[in-house]
Amino acid sequence: MFGFSTDTLIDFAFTAFETIAILLAVVIAAALLIWVERRLLGVWQDRYGPNRVGPFGILQVAADMIKIFFKEDWIPPFADKAVFVIAPAIIMFTTLMAFAVVPFTETIGVVDLNIGILFVLAMSSLGVYSVILAGWSSDNKYALLGGMRTAAQMISYEVFMGLSLLGVVLLAGSFDLRAIVESQAGMWNVIPQFPAFVIFFIAGIAEIHRAPFDLPEAEQELTAGYHTEYSGMKFGMFFVGEYLGIVLISCLTTVLFFGGWLGPILPGFVWFALKAGFFICFFVLLRAATVRPRYDQLMAFGWKILLPIALVNVAITGAVVVAMA
Amino acid sequence: MEIAFYLAAIVAVAATARVISCANAVHALLYLIVSLLSVAIVFYTLGAPFAAALEVIVYAGAIMVLFVFVIMMLNLNQETVARERSWLAPRVWIGPGVLGVVLIGVLAVALASGGSMGNVDSTPLMAERIGMTMFGPYVLIVELAAFVLLGALVVAAHLGRDDRDVAEEKRVAAARGRRHPGGEQ
Amino acid sequence: MLSVLRTIWMTLMHTFRKRDTVLYPEEKPYLPPRYRGRIVLTRDPDGAERCVACNLCSVACPVDCISVVKAEDESGRWYPETFRINFSRCIYCGYCEEACPTYAIQLTPDFEMGEFDRQNMVYEKSDLTISGVGKRPGYNFYRVAGMAVGGKDKGEAENEAAPIDVKTLLP
Ligand code: SF4
Ligand code: SF4
Repeated sequence: MFGFSTDTLIDFAFTAFETIAILLAVVIAAALLIWVERRLLGVWQDRYGPNRVGPFGILQVAADMIKIFFKEDWIPPFADKAVFVIAPAIIMFTTLMAFAVVPFTETIGVVDLNIGILFVLAMSSLGVYSVILAGWSSDNKYALLGGMRTAAQMISYEVFMGLSLLGVVLLAGSFDLRAIVESQAGMWNVIPQFPAFVIFFIAGIAEIHRAPFDLPEAEQELTAGYHTEYSGMKFGMFFVGEYLGIVLISCLTTVLFFGGWLGPILPGFVWFALKAGFFICFFVLLRAATVRPRYDQLMAFGWKILLPIALVNVAITGAVVVAMA
Repeated sequence: MEIAFYLAAIVAVAATARVISCANAVHALLYLIVSLLSVAIVFYTLGAPFAAALEVIVYAGAIMVLFVFVIMMLNLNQETVARERSWLAPRVWIGPGVLGVVLIGVLAVALASGGSMGNVDSTPLMAERIGMTMFGPYVLIVELAAFVLLGALVVAAHLGRDDRDVAEEKRVAAARGRRHPGGEQ
Repeated sequence: MLSVLRTIWMTLMHTFRKRDTVLYPEEKPYLPPRYRGRIVLTRDPDGAERCVACNLCSVACPVDCISVVKAEDESGRWYPETFRINFSRCIYCGYCEEACPTYAIQLTPDFEMGEFDRQNMVYEKSDLTISGVGKRPGYNFYRVAGMAVGGKDKGEAENEAAPIDVKTLLP
């Protein structure tokens, strides 16, 4: 069992290097997003956003990081300490893990799991715990309310997310994300699966509780929702976790519906970055433009509109696939 | 793979032991989640990645969330923890413990005498084959399960409905000449 | 649903709008002369201090940040011996300017007065006094007021009739 040949060692080293590189790239992208979001919000609100630190204010990220590192890392005496500390780590962990199955180009990507999509869904469903546990362990009414909202919202929207992806899986005949990209060589999935794309994107926003579906942290009603009691680096983890979530959903949308790295002339990675970047900007635009729905509206919208559409979409796609076969 | 299997199995057993012995309900649930996750890894190493993924999505990701949700609402505090702890006195657990040990002994004997251990590193059992089996030979059972679930759904919808509220809301909405607020956005 | 799409589209169109932000340190905004900023003590056109140490500003100040100590020179003119404003308390309400009968105390359109040491925000009379007339050119309190003061007797002020001699019956 321990008889490694040199080949396996080199393989192992290469995979490790690739993993770390992807991890770093993703985290840096998420950190830069903090700046991108603020600048873009500035553009859409007719102002500038951070433009002082470094060229175009890009070093604002570094300044924010330094600030957050030096903040007092406070654990409330009434909190459940162990859970309170674990909670922010969970969201970072699950989101980063989900990146493992994302194929960035023909060659770049950590693993090609034959249950790729399911893995992503599993990780995102585990991410719920981060928010729920944070809300519970803070022993704070606002935090608890935020945690409860998350539980209901994320469990519901997970259902629609999974259902919307079934159409894509049916078309590609595989759960493997790489196979799904390759199946889109002729036509991007967004054309035959347009309703699925819309549902997936909406569910994705709800999954990472971004505006307009940021009810778990609705500032106006719940101060800061589930992370009311968090400060310093632990808050920073939630913060970066949210941006990681944006990157993840953007990458997944690209992979599942917009042909991943596929595209003419430009190299695959550029295509991927362009497409994912587009969706990231769209996330920011949504935040700039939309208002938060009421809680019952959110639930009703999910169960009464998204669910039937997703089911009909699965049924029709299944019928077409069977008819074509 | 074998190392992963045994590690995950050990974690599963240890976490499950903590589920029983933990006085704080939420902590116990967290251990239960860990236990489910390690069982998922066991499935994966045994060549059933599909079952592993479903285990995480359905059990760890959805059902346990509802458990945590409910327990969160119960407002457990130090008193409950103390009471739980008092229930963990040997007087209480020794009886069930003996019975459990007997059962495990029987299982061990049965396994040792005939049952073969699952072979690690077999070919992965993917969704296609599972689907074929479920909707082939076992289709009746699947349909029955679907009936049960549908029944549960109808009952839940019926229980969750509050006729008085709906009537009241309709009346208010009609009085104001507006649409029923419970409708779509 | 359509309204949401419309909102998104309209927000996107803001990409091409002019930005409203004024990049402050590089680009100073225009502040009107009546802007309420740093307080100064002005002089009358002759170059003498306007303040007569009447303490009205000190009384009017809602946060009590002005302290004035009166003194009198040989000609009988009052003047403040100390005039101290604690700008770390001042709320720039302008009540002092309104209360002042001599237009001595005036607020100016300068607000850049940050300090690292709070004590540096306490301005003494020498820091406050400027050599000009501020917003009120040509106004000289002692020349319009009826008070007798060195070199000017009662009735000699502008627009002032000579005092009536109460000892005579003549009209
Ligand atoms: S500044 Fe004006 S109000 Fe204040 S003491 Fe001097 S004369 Fe009086
Ligand atoms: S501006 Fe207002 S607060 Fe400031 S010194 Fe004058 S009266 Fe006092």
